[in-house]
Amino acid sequence: MSRSDDIWILGIHMTKFGKHPNLDVVDLGAEAIHGALADAGVTMADMGIIAAGNLLGSGSIAQQLQKQVGQTGIPAYNVSNACATGATALRTVIMAVKAGEVDMGLAVGVEKLAGAGLLGAGGKAKADNDEWARNGRFGAVGPVDGRIGTESMPGVFAQIGMEYGHKYGGADFELFAKISEKNHSHSTLNPLAAYNKAMSLEQIMNDVMIAYPNTRPMCSANCDGAAAAVVINGEKLKTLSLEQQRRAVKVSASILTSDPWQEACQVLPDVNTLTRNAAHQAYEQAGVGPQDLNLVELHDCFATAELVHYDNLMLCEEGGAVDFFESGAPYRDGKMPVNVSGGLQSKGHPISATGIANIWEVCQHVRGEAGDRQIEGAKVGLAHVIGLASACGIHILERSAA
Amino acid sequence: MSTATQIPFVEYLKLEPTPHLVANECTSCGARFFDRRNACAGCFNTEFTSVDIPTEGIVRSFSIITFAAPGVDVPFVAAVIDCGGTSVRANIINCPPDPEHVSLGMSVRLATTVVGTDSAGVEAVNYGFEPA
Repeated sequence: MSRSDDIWILGIHMTKFGKHPNLDVVDLGAEAIHGALADAGVTMADMGIIAAGNLLGSGSIAQQLQKQVGQTGIPAYNVSNACATGATALRTVIMAVKAGEVDMGLAVGVEKLAGAGLLGAGGKAKADNDEWARNGRFGAVGPVDGRIGTESMPGVFAQIGMEYGHKYGGADFELFAKISEKNHSHSTLNPLAAYNKAMSLEQIMNDVMIAYPNTRPMCSANCDGAAAAVVINGEKLKTLSLEQQRRAVKVSASILTSDPWQEACQVLPDVNTLTRNAAHQAYEQAGVGPQDLNLVELHDCFATAELVHYDNLMLCEEGGAVDFFESGAPYRDGKMPVNVSGGLQSKGHPISATGIANIWEVCQHVRGEAGDRQIEGAKVGLAHVIGLASACGIHILERSAA
Repeated sequence: MSTATQIPFVEYLKLEPTPHLVANECTSCGARFFDRRNACAGCFNTEFTSVDIPTEGIVRSFSIITFAAPGVDVPFVAAVIDCGGTSVRANIINCPPDPEHVSLGMSVRLATTVVGTDSAGVEAVNYGFEPA
C-alpha cells in the first residue's frame, strides 16, 4: 500500500452529550467542527469535502453548517443511515480521500434528541366511523405496531437479545442488567457522558420496565450531541508538523455493510450477519484479529444488544457471549474492555453523532489522552455501530508509529 | 342471528376454511415473505407462489412491551414464532403477559381476535399465537 492510500484521523472532537436547550443542531455541529479542526491544526480552507448527518433534520445539515463555519464551495454530502449515520458520513469522506479526489475532508454528525421519548413505534389509528381500508405492504386495515409484534426499538432489540438466549442459553434478565451495570459504572469516569452515575444491579432491575428484559437504564439515553472528524491521507500527513503526525490516528479499517438476506431478517431485523461480515472484512483489512484489540466501543443501544455483539465481533467463541461477559473480560480492567465510555446506555445516543463519537473515544485511548479512564498502553481499538434496518459501520483505529 | 361480516386484519391472514397465514414463496430459492413483493430479496427472481404456513410453532424470541406509542394497548407480548422453519411476527395472546407465563421455546398455535368493527358493521380479525 502506498503512503497516499493510508487513511488517518488528523483531528476529532465530541461535544458534551446531554441536554443543550440553548444550542440548536447547527450550534452543536459547529462546536464539533471547530473542535475537530482545532485538534487537527487545520482550517475549513484545507477541507476538500464535507459529509454530514442529522437524521431527524431537514436533509441539508452540511450546507447549514457551512453557512456558519465556512462556505468554500467544496462538495457537501448529506447522509442518512439511521443510527449508523455518523459512521456513514465518515466512511463517505474516507472514500473520497482514498479515491484521491481530495487529500483532506470533514465528517460531522449531530442530533437533538433530549426528551424525544420512544423511537421507532407508531402508526395512525383508524377513526371510529371509517370503513376498513387496506394500506401498505401487508395490506393492513390498521397500524400493525402493537397488534402484530412491535416496532419500538426497545422491544425489537429485546427480542434480538432473547433470540440469542434461545439459541445458546444463559441469557436472562439479570445477565442483561449486569451488562448495563458495567456500562453505567464505566460512565463515572467520562465527563462528556450524558449520565455518569453508577447504578446498582438492584436499581437497574427495579427501574421502569420498558420492554422486558430492558428497563429504562438498559436503554440508550436520548440526548443532544455532536461529533466531527478530520480525515487525511498519509502523503499529505507527511507534509504536516511532527506533532500532527504523532497525534494522528491510523484508520486501519473502514467498513460499511448492509444486511444480506437471511430467513427471518424481514420479520425481526438481523443485526448479527452484517456485523459479523463487517468484522471479518475489518480484521482482514487491518491485518489484526480480535485478540489484538485493546478496547472496543460497540453499539449497546440496549443492554440486550451488547451481548450479541460480543459474539458478532468475534470477541468470544461463537455462542460464548454469556461466558465471555461472566469472565469479566469486557470490564475496563478485563482482558477486552468494552464500552469504557459508558456506552450508549449512559454516555447517550444522539443518533447521527454516535458513529463518530465512538471513534473519538477509541482515538482518545490510542493517543494516550483519555484521562482518568485511559486504558493503559492502548494501541489499537475498534468502533462499531448499527443502524436499523440495517447498516453496520466498523472502524479499526491504531496509534501512530511516528 | 346472522354472523357479522369478517375481513382479515392483514392480507396474509386467511380466515377460511380455518384461520391460517399464507406467504409468498420464491419459485427459485424458496424464500418466504409476508408482504407484497417486487422481487425476491435473496435471489432477485420475480415469480412467487402462495404457500400455507403451519399454524403451530414455538416461541423463538419475545419481549413484553410495557411502554409503547400512543394508541397501543400495553402490556403485550411481541414475539417471533418459528412455524416449521418459517419465522412469523406476532403477539402472544390468551396468556398473561409476564415472564412466568411466556418462555423461550414455548409451544404455541395460531388464534384469532376481533380488533374492531367499522361503520358498515364489518369486523377486522387479527391473528396472534396462544399457548398450545
